[in-house]
Amino acid sequence: MSEAASPPITLLDAPRVPRLSRFVVTPASLARFRRFATPVLLVLAWQAGVSFGVIPSRLVASPAAILETFWSLSASGELLENLLVSLGRVAVGLGIGVVAGVGFALVAGLSRIGEDAVDAPLQMGRTLPHLALVPLFILWFGIGETPKIGLVALGSVFPIYLNLFAGIRGVDPKLVEAANTLGLSRGELIRHVILPGALPSALVGLRYALGVAWLSLVVGEQINAQSGIGHMMMDAREFLRTDIIMVGLLVYALLGLGGDLLVRALERRALSWRSVFVS
Amino acid sequence: MVSAPAVRIRGLTRAFGGAPVLHSLDLQIAAGEFVALLGRSGSGKTTLLRTLAGLDPVQQGHVDMPARRAVVFQEPRLLPWKRVWRNVALGLRGEDVQARARAALQEVGLAHREDAWPLTLSGGEAQRTGLARALVRDPELLLLDEPFASLDALTRLRMQALVSALWVRHRPAVLFVTHDVDEALLLADRALVLEGGRIRTELAVRLPRPRRHAHPGFAELRSHLLLALGVDESRPEAGEVDPSFVQARPGAEIGAGVAV
Repeated sequence: MSEAASPPITLLDAPRVPRLSRFVVTPASLARFRRFATPVLLVLAWQAGVSFGVIPSRLVASPAAILETFWSLSASGELLENLLVSLGRVAVGLGIGVVAGVGFALVAGLSRIGEDAVDAPLQMGRTLPHLALVPLFILWFGIGETPKIGLVALGSVFPIYLNLFAGIRGVDPKLVEAANTLGLSRGELIRHVILPGALPSALVGLRYALGVAWLSLVVGEQINAQSGIGHMMMDAREFLRTDIIMVGLLVYALLGLGGDLLVRALERRALSWRSVFVS
Repeated sequence: MVSAPAVRIRGLTRAFGGAPVLHSLDLQIAAGEFVALLGRSGSGKTTLLRTLAGLDPVQQGHVDMPARRAVVFQEPRLLPWKRVWRNVALGLRGEDVQARARAALQEVGLAHREDAWPLTLSGGEAQRTGLARALVRDPELLLLDEPFASLDALTRLRMQALVSALWVRHRPAVLFVTHDVDEALLLADRALVLEGGRIRTELAVRLPRPRRHAHPGFAELRSHLLLALGVDESRPEAGEVDPSFVQARPGAEIGAGVAV
């Protein structure tokens, strides 16, 4: 027993090792910081370039100015107001896109007739760059909210449809067969076997759709918008406020990143059954 | 006691395009009887089992079978996104579904894994879950499609004992498709050999239970069954198909002398 008692002592000591290494420069930690060296140097060079007048601030604001503007726009509530408008457009557009995409994928995935009816037009529509429809959208829907939301919805339909459709068709037929021997009804089969089986692909589709949604929003908000991050940026252009434009870009980037993190979190939760592979 | 047979098949013919896989096949399985079905690859064993499982339509012939049937496949075929007990409970109707699923898992010795994800189960545990999923339906006919084929030898022995015990307790009629002659003799009341789309050989296994390889009758039955499968143990090239034997009696009831 005395022999068995000794290992826990080293185990208790173990957590201290990484804590120490945080202050000690090891080759491994150095390598980790090396990755950040170039971006940091670039930002420093950028700041220096603007400060010493090498880069005209009319073209690019300095990082310090951007941060300052970010702060003042946040404090005045202007940023939040426009951000909420943009978020609203993405939410509604993506919502419509997801509902339509899931609907089409179910129709096409669950029956041959449905596939014949739905798949061809959607595959054709997919090859069309949807952002090229902007002029047509303006003619159809004017310059209000509709073309902006419509653009987001249209862009996000295809990735949702394609991935969920492929997911439904990719469900292991052996599982479907086994479920049939268990006396499941058609509805139960879809709910318990087919949809959960297609979920991993559907979530990949959602991630793509989210990316396309932001892209569509950026383009859509440049159509005579009265509010939103895009409007804020277009407005700033009139007054040569590159700092505000840069803040807008920063916000777009952060929103894209945030959306991706959200779907990843959703994935971790919904697909915890396969975490044995992932972690 | 004369009870109605659980399964009665008359003149079942099934073809997939070309030559029929099952050719006017007749078969009866008594209620509570354990029948092993052997045959070479492609002899139609699985087609017959799938017909009884309701996975393959009856095109020609008559098949009477009980309403309550359950299948255990070679691969466990568990839904990986449902925890073990939910897999067992899948498709159950009525009350206390969870309690019934738990009881079935307890019976196969898996009570401690009821909340596990199927992907974390070992091969043996997964097949136990498959057995529990079949048992919980209280089947009158239990269909086993080579359920132990991909298990290691020791696990297979334990699973054979488990199936035997469960059968004794619940007494469903069983159709057990296997490649393994020993396994058939350890478990079945009757061993059938499928060949050319029909039951060519029928062998009653009247060994006392629990069965043991060491029983004097075992070796004899084993060579009969192997002979029916085209393996002649007494010949030096034992293990290979003897073409002269097969050709000598085309279509004959090879094991007729053995069947009791």
